[in-house]
Amino acid sequence: MFSNLRSLWIVFLHLFRKRETVEYPEEKTELPARWRGRIVLTRDPDYEERCVGCYLCAAACPVDCISLQATEDENGRRYPEFFRINFSRCIFCGYCEEACPTYAIQLIPDFEMAEYDRQNLVYEKEDLLIEGQGKYHGYNFYKEAGVDFGVKKKGEGENENKPVDVRKLMP
Amino acid sequence: MAKIIIDNKEYESDESKNLLEACLSLGLDLPYFCWHPELDSIGACRQCAVIKYKDEDDTKGKLVMACLEPVTDKVRISLEVDEAKQFRADNIEALMINHPHDCPVCDEGGECHLQDMTVMSGHNYRRYRFKKRTHTNQYLGPFINHEMNRCIQCYRCVRFYKDYAGGKDLDVFGAHDDIYFGRHEPGTLENEFSGNLVEICPTGVFTDKTLKKHYTRKWDLTNAPSVCHNCGLGCNIIASERYGGIRRILSRYNGDVNGYFLCDRGRFGYEYVNSKKRIQFPFKKQNNSLVQIEKKQAIQEIRKVAEGKKLIGIGSPKASLESNFLLRQWVGAKNFYAGIPETEGKLIQKVIEIVKSGKVNVPSLNEVKSYDAVFILGEDVTNTAPMLALNLRQAVRNTPKEQAAGLNIPVWNDAAVREVVQGNTGPFYIAAAQATKLDEVATQTYRAHPDDVARLGQAVAHAINPELPETDCSKEAGKLAESIAGALLDAKKPLIVAGTSLYSRAIIEAAANIAFALKEKEKDAGLFYVAPEVNSVGLFLISDKFLDQAFENVNQNDDAVLIVLENDLYRRTDKNSVDNFLQDYNDIIVLAYLENATTQHATYVLPAGTFAEADGTVINNEGRAQRFYQVHVPENDVESSWKWLQEIMPVGTAESTIHFENIVYNLVKTFPDLEGIQSVAPPADYRKGTQKIPREPHRYTGRTAMHTNINVSEPKPPEDTDSALSFTMEGYSGIPTAAITPFYWSPGWNSAQAINKYQIEVGGELHGGNSGVRLFDKKNSNIGYFKNITKTFSPQKGEWYALPLYHIFGSDELSAQSPAVNERLPKPYIALNNSDAWEAGVKEGDLLGIVLQGETLKLPVKLNTGLTKGTIGLPKGLKETVGTRFPFWITFKKIKDE
Ligand code: SF4
Ligand code: SF4
Ligand code: SF4
Ligand code: SF4
Ligand code: FES
Repeated sequence: MFSNLRSLWIVFLHLFRKRETVEYPEEKTELPARWRGRIVLTRDPDYEERCVGCYLCAAACPVDCISLQATEDENGRRYPEFFRINFSRCIFCGYCEEACPTYAIQLIPDFEMAEYDRQNLVYEKEDLLIEGQGKYHGYNFYKEAGVDFGVKKKGEGENENKPVDVRKLMP
Repeated sequence: MAKIIIDNKEYESDESKNLLEACLSLGLDLPYFCWHPELDSIGACRQCAVIKYKDEDDTKGKLVMACLEPVTDKVRISLEVDEAKQFRADNIEALMINHPHDCPVCDEGGECHLQDMTVMSGHNYRRYRFKKRTHTNQYLGPFINHEMNRCIQCYRCVRFYKDYAGGKDLDVFGAHDDIYFGRHEPGTLENEFSGNLVEICPTGVFTDKTLKKHYTRKWDLTNAPSVCHNCGLGCNIIASERYGGIRRILSRYNGDVNGYFLCDRGRFGYEYVNSKKRIQFPFKKQNNSLVQIEKKQAIQEIRKVAEGKKLIGIGSPKASLESNFLLRQWVGAKNFYAGIPETEGKLIQKVIEIVKSGKVNVPSLNEVKSYDAVFILGEDVTNTAPMLALNLRQAVRNTPKEQAAGLNIPVWNDAAVREVVQGNTGPFYIAAAQATKLDEVATQTYRAHPDDVARLGQAVAHAINPELPETDCSKEAGKLAESIAGALLDAKKPLIVAGTSLYSRAIIEAAANIAFALKEKEKDAGLFYVAPEVNSVGLFLISDKFLDQAFENVNQNDDAVLIVLENDLYRRTDKNSVDNFLQDYNDIIVLAYLENATTQHATYVLPAGTFAEADGTVINNEGRAQRFYQVHVPENDVESSWKWLQEIMPVGTAESTIHFENIVYNLVKTFPDLEGIQSVAPPADYRKGTQKIPREPHRYTGRTAMHTNINVSEPKPPEDTDSALSFTMEGYSGIPTAAITPFYWSPGWNSAQAINKYQIEVGGELHGGNSGVRLFDKKNSNIGYFKNITKTFSPQKGEWYALPLYHIFGSDELSAQSPAVNERLPKPYIALNNSDAWEAGVKEGDLLGIVLQGETLKLPVKLNTGLTKGTIGLPKGLKETVGTRFPFWITFKKIKDE
């Protein structure tokens, strides 16, 4: 009996608390930076596409809603020829972001993607690619990797020695 | 059998093996890099470490490399003790110190043996804080991409390329931790088997350049078990597709055919499938040009055109048995022609007659490796049947290898065996019309006109069996014949190799005679004939009429309809005859893969499926029937020719609606010789448990996005009613029977090395047996010696005998149209005997004018090709020489340089 009255009392007190619900959509709530919403493809500090077309995000995706084809420019630099996410299937789990070795694919705090026509939920690279680096700044995969794809020469990476001269005779 | 104790569990193993092989064969996961079942052990990578105990009481044991320790009875080892595990993890860590941060852009990723072994060994965190060593890369030609940073110095590449395949232009350079695997200078890798580096190299140093251009990860490919269509050997391949295009070819292990390897024509000659010249929809001739029409319209119109008319069918050695058979059934046996000129067809028939007789053993391609003396007659195998050349190179080492066995060196101890063998070779004789690449390992070579090659063969047969007719040859040739006969008789397993490429029946007969004679001497002799195309043998098992006969039976009343199946007649014989023949018909229906000279004359062209879009059975040179499966369902109208034929046949024809398997059934009913092809592969209703075998790995991605650019509602995946395979990733996930294994994968083994798990014993037979059925085993007919001896060739003044010279890249029609292979085509030339050239006053590179099929060609002279006096050589199958019917007499004129 007492506990029932106590519960009623607590509920009653809540009438005078600050409201948690907001008048969405007139009023918007602040979302944390790591909120898993709309997916974007970002660019590296040199304004090039970050995605190297490694297919890891597609492999991680539990609903298989990412599809892409890798291609390369005249220097061999890999990038996606097309990159498609079917948001009508996406469950915003963030596995793709976790799998991405280049910080290219990121989930951002935007969830307002509703559409009347499901077809409009199919996003192509043009729809996904943003102008900036997103949440993670300063990383350019091609400067860390060993390959010379026109971004840095062999041996000019941060953690690299000059290429070996196989013809040298020194021990 | 020996008892071995691994981690306190008892197992049985074969004493001829090493411990690594034994562990892998038992299904245990022991990491390794440098060992390979075909290359054996050298102990370079130190990854396969285990602890070996002295006896029962030894608790400490010592660390050994499993690949260098023989299996002995009661040997006790441990894979799991901490010392062994720690050593393996440390070893990987050391290998990884200089490894680049490349996986995301490395084409090996997802099927990388190094990734697999790193995970297996438990190294997962980089502690080394200093800088990485780097290497520059080399351009290695259109097939192979080089990324030297990724090397772990296992030496597999050079051991395969130099020691196994006889390559000269890949080596190891530098010293200590700077060693470099590459060429002495950037340039195209010359060896015909360079593509195997892609699978041999456990890392991403050597990768497939054709795949790189349209890169897809292994897990995203739709795969089918298939058969290489680029020569008559029928090597087994895995063909893979993504987004409607064929992406790459890998070797499909078959211990009876190609083993682990493929030649570069087979591996890189697939791209014609994706060509812009592909016929993708039906076409109809209107106002002298071909216009695309609807499939329905094509079917209706063709049915109407063919109604009540006499039909003439031209089959093809490139098409499956089923397609050829269905055409034959429709047009009637007497109107069905093999689509090959008589000169070539008769030879194939002869080969079939001899092989079918079962008089001597016809070894499988892989069995060739076990012979210890070889005599090749006339065939330039490196260019006409490349994988045979690779296997013959292994056979050459058998005799010297015995020496090593005599010294108690185990056969798997590659470094020691090589030390003993050095450059020594066993008895290996080549009689050919020109110099061949295998000459470098030959004991002795003999270069002569095909007739004289055959005469040498007959002389050898006579030397083995004196009752055979004698050949009066030069003293030199006589002596050679004696020594060849002696060597063949001394050997345990002598092998005779011949083929159809020089258009010489005498060579085929002489080869048979030698083998027959050896057999009579109780020798375990083998006779291996090279057949020209993938289904040459199959075609002549169901037809006995040649193209020439079709040409003779002119279409008198202008009322017959000609149907040409997957065959460009302009490649088969001279332009004039084909022109005349085709002119005779008002209605010509051509089923073709690519636009070609024949499709230009068609009234209807139908898009025929290549190996990538069709199911079918083909029969290789040894009489082995093998099934190939459709890789994917294309979005255009391309499909198996037999399906097209069913659709354009009159409604109500019995054959028009039957299932694939009933076509096979009818085939066997009509041709009892083909008994056995029903069991080449499991039937379409075969299920593993209740499930089909998926063509896609379980990690296949993008299913709910790849088609959504067209429509967000995903289409139902296509169904395969013709086979036990499915076009999806759902289905049985274990190891299916060999004939329907679309890819290799096993938990923890993502690379091609997963094949270990599909074999009963590593390097041995596949679970459920290797695939393919040999049709001619156990057949016995009485075939006697061939007693006709050809006359010796006499050179003519002012006239030369033109012989075909074959090129692995170029002589085959379809592979040559693949961009990467196309880069490797030879420039057209005319090859001359050196003294002929000297007499005619021409030098290397001078232009000579010849008339081929009424057209004058200017060709540069090539010398030093080993041709004999009175003969010239022209490259077979190039654009300039296509349709030329070899051999023939020709004259040439020197063209004055202006
Ligand atoms: S994981 Fe990242 S780099 Fe790789 S394909 Fe996806 S977005 Fe591109
Ligand atoms: S070789 Fe293997 S481990 Fe090395 S970068 Fe390539 S995929 Fe990664
Ligand atoms: S290139 Fe490949 S095969 Fe050759 S040593 Fe290096 S890792 Fe081994
Ligand atoms: S040897 Fe012939 S069948 Fe084998 S891979 Fe080469 S071309 Fe194909
Ligand atoms: S596999 Fe044994 S040392 Fe390399």
